[in-house]
Amino acid sequence: MLDGKQLTINEAYKLLKDKQISSVELTKSCLDRIEKLEPQVKAIVTVTDDLAIEQAKKADKMIADGNCKPLTGVPAMIKDVICTKGVKTTCSSKMLENFVPPYNATVMEKLSADGMVMVGKANMDEFAMGSSTENSAFFTTRNPWDLSRVPGGSSGGSAAAVACGEAIYALGSDTGGSIRQPASFCSVTGLKPTYGRVSRYGLVAFASSLDQIGPFTHDVTDAALVLNAISGFDNNDSTSVDVPVPDYTKCLTGDIKGMRIGVPKEYFVEGMQKEVEDAVKASIAKLEELGAVIDWNVSLPSTPYALAVYYIIAPSEASANLARYDGVKYGFSYKDTDNMWEAMEKTREIGFGPEVKRRIMLGTYALSAGYYDAYYLKAQKVRTLIRREFDSAFEKYDALVTPTTPTVPFKIGEKAQEPIQMYLSDIFTIPINIAGVPAITVPGGFADGLPIGLQVIGKPFAEETILKVAHAYQQVTDWHKQKPKI
Amino acid sequence: MKLSKEQVLHIARLSKLGLTEDEVEKMSEQLSNILENFEILNKVDTDNVPPTAQPNALTNVLKEDIVKPSLPQDEVLANAPQRDGDYIRVKVVLE
Repeated sequence: MLDGKQLTINEAYKLLKDKQISSVELTKSCLDRIEKLEPQVKAIVTVTDDLAIEQAKKADKMIADGNCKPLTGVPAMIKDVICTKGVKTTCSSKMLENFVPPYNATVMEKLSADGMVMVGKANMDEFAMGSSTENSAFFTTRNPWDLSRVPGGSSGGSAAAVACGEAIYALGSDTGGSIRQPASFCSVTGLKPTYGRVSRYGLVAFASSLDQIGPFTHDVTDAALVLNAISGFDNNDSTSVDVPVPDYTKCLTGDIKGMRIGVPKEYFVEGMQKEVEDAVKASIAKLEELGAVIDWNVSLPSTPYALAVYYIIAPSEASANLARYDGVKYGFSYKDTDNMWEAMEKTREIGFGPEVKRRIMLGTYALSAGYYDAYYLKAQKVRTLIRREFDSAFEKYDALVTPTTPTVPFKIGEKAQEPIQMYLSDIFTIPINIAGVPAITVPGGFADGLPIGLQVIGKPFAEETILKVAHAYQQVTDWHKQKPKI
Repeated sequence: MKLSKEQVLHIARLSKLGLTEDEVEKMSEQLSNILENFEILNKVDTDNVPPTAQPNALTNVLKEDIVKPSLPQDEVLANAPQRDGDYIRVKVVLE
């Protein structure tokens, strides 16, 4: 944010490198914006203003020394599920309200080496479980496009912060759509990399076989720049994969002539909003005008099972991952008893909110004796079928294109009492995590001033392909340049 | 599949998760609804389909055992709810 204009990373980089602005100036402009907008938007759990200025000064020193990388000195917002050494990492939960990590997540180490500036830790649904930030134990973030609506979730704070210029980019995490659904709702670009592309070390675990860290940015070029900085194999995450990291900006040629793009018909379902369907179809027609070869009749027949598979696998993994919150080593601890078991149960009763409890219960049930085969094992087998369908689609197509969400952002409170209705808002993003493939969402239009997202899906480790398609789309559209009037 | 109150309490015990009366009531209804939605999977033929635990099919990832300094004890213990010198104090485990 500078002189009322929202800068992209790439624009800020040029200004910083040419010393037309300093990182301190740029950082102060974001902090001013935060001070002005936070009372309305509430995207941030912890504003790290002093740290940000300190980091900006360091970045300015790096730049003066001729060592300016694309992210050097560019203000960023970090989802509060990513461990930041010495800075509270709450997961928007009472359980971790006062938790200060003694180490950095690998992505933070990588960004720090590039001279990052962190302006705050973003609000989210508790432990990344939710689609609206209404499950935050602290407060609900508002959509900058319409303050009566949700920003999406779980990374709603990250998405809202970028949309309204509180930061130039953000990091989030995506387990079933938690980057792409809020990015779509807030009309920003959001990327979920291939499972294993980005290290999960220091990402507080929700569902370990699905979680992946990724960026929120103003456009696809910026997404490529952040991906360049955070990707790569990490000894501390044995599920990260040792495949080379290309320069992801190199593929952004604007030329998609002859690319084969499939449109899976299962992603245009009954009950989806008509304006969303129309906007996405118009977007696909744009890709066709650019020379892509569109097949409108692709079928991924197991798609309708993805939601059930997800809501068995994710809670099962969560119930195991969240067993660590026992009030003993760190986090909230119930003290008014001498009995160990009672202390543990009370710690978890008070420390966790309703959705987290629901998922722990669901996961424990699905894994319990007598039900394991019927639920967890069955879901894992259907997971295989879903992955196979993506694999065979990618033998014929370079990319698949779908809507990101079935509707525009909904009203705060509208789905809060209906878990299943809330789960359905991730129906188009969930299959991608189950298959472990990469996907990006870009702004694809508006319905009555409310954002619509276009999702581009690729084969494993083909981030270059989906970035290329999404970038080409942004060369002939200006949805991503429109900003909320706030 | 309807979950009884007893089943809810049994799962809560397995999870070491305390629930209020009100939550037990709600949980029984909401979990039952969600489980009902899982029945759709019974329609899928998964005979001879192997399960997928994680998407990249990695097995036995090994690394060199390199000696490095560990995290400073003071910083790690700073988050402990009850500290006793260099130890974390816990409640009595064996009576």
